[in-house]
Amino acid sequence: MENVRSLIDILELSVEEIDEMVACATRIMDDPAAYAHKCDGKILATLFFEPSTRTRLSFESAMLSLGGQVLGFSEAASSSAAKGESVADTVRTVSCYSDIIAMRHPKEGAPLVASMHSLVPVINAGDGGHNHPTQTLTDLLTIHHEKGRFENLTLGFCGDLKFGRTVHSLISAMSRYKGTRVVLVSPEELKLPSYVKKEVLQKNGVEYVQTTDLEAVMPELDILYMTRVQRERFFNEEDYLRLKDSYILTLDKLAGAKEDLSILHPLPRVNEISVAVDRDPRACYFKQVLYGRYIRMALIMKLLGLE
Amino acid sequence: MTIDSIKNGIVIDHIAAGKAMELYQILGLGKLDCSVAILKNVTSAKLGKKDIIKIDRELDLDWDIIGYVDPNITVNIIKNGERVEKRLLKLPDTITGVIRCKNPRCITSVEQELPQVFKLRDREKRIYRCLYCETQAGK
Repeated sequence: MENVRSLIDILELSVEEIDEMVACATRIMDDPAAYAHKCDGKILATLFFEPSTRTRLSFESAMLSLGGQVLGFSEAASSSAAKGESVADTVRTVSCYSDIIAMRHPKEGAPLVASMHSLVPVINAGDGGHNHPTQTLTDLLTIHHEKGRFENLTLGFCGDLKFGRTVHSLISAMSRYKGTRVVLVSPEELKLPSYVKKEVLQKNGVEYVQTTDLEAVMPELDILYMTRVQRERFFNEEDYLRLKDSYILTLDKLAGAKEDLSILHPLPRVNEISVAVDRDPRACYFKQVLYGRYIRMALIMKLLGLE
Repeated sequence: MTIDSIKNGIVIDHIAAGKAMELYQILGLGKLDCSVAILKNVTSAKLGKKDIIKIDRELDLDWDIIGYVDPNITVNIIKNGERVEKRLLKLPDTITGVIRCKNPRCITSVEQELPQVFKLRDREKRIYRCLYCETQAGK
């Protein structure tokens, strides 16, 4: 619906809006009690057509922390989609029961279809390999809190840069800031798609390098964004098994890193970051989960017009 | 080779050589009951070789579709044997219901009643992307 603001793609938010949301999330972190009743009487529907416990719980925790309530389903089998109902019809119905919707769907573009038919705001909680804007907002809040700024940072992205939607979205979002430099570390088979390089990096004049050697570029990095080589993004099991262990972060590999490096990961981790790294002060990936809750609180309030 | 000139109808000119049949199919010209002539590989000072379609009837065409197939095409409207209008085309910003998204992960692959909508993302390189999944047209 035209007069309802949804969030489908991170680039729908201006740099100024992201700054406002980061500031709002910071205020929430500083004084959670002041926000505990902001959403009294409001209902969040979590429509998860594919399981994603972490993202779903993060949304539910955010809404409950604001005093609202939640309803929904956590897999397509327990929804009317199993009977063949269209996304549009599901959302027309659910938007009568709720004030805001968070939707995860395995098909790319499904949340956009939902937003076209919903009476209430729709938040894209991940659509296949396409967009996942609240993960990017989480990453942005983490970066801002850890570094105190968005400008003049060198970001290393390591692992699956081909299918990793969180990587594409974060690169798009960070390309809008001055002095961003990007280092792309991946095996040949999982390199960043050329359209992202052309349409995002080159178009915005972002300096970038591509390499297969993580240790060689480690000293340059302010942020290291590790990603998982995801089984579900492969058509071929053999390719997955061959590539999944390509880049594993260990304390040895961190030897040449800056002391104030921040290591991010969208989680869940399989084995791409050794558990020994968890104790290193540069590991930010569990703090990142907490930031995810606060930025979703800020987003829910923004889309409901409460901030 | 000569083809009779038309009295009232449309001449679609400057079609890139070899593209006439694609345009014929997309515009659904096979469903018309009037004369439709396709001229292929006609010598052209501007293009070297070109295709031409002549339609012996007045009708409304989807200009956006023609512009998508080739924005260099010109369309001449003929009335009483005279050209009364020459339309220059441009790439449309949106094309609906012409091409299908080939991404098996796109929502349109399972919900086939959804309109197939593509948006122009790069005019210079003529790149269209699916509204829903942003896959490039033709890929």
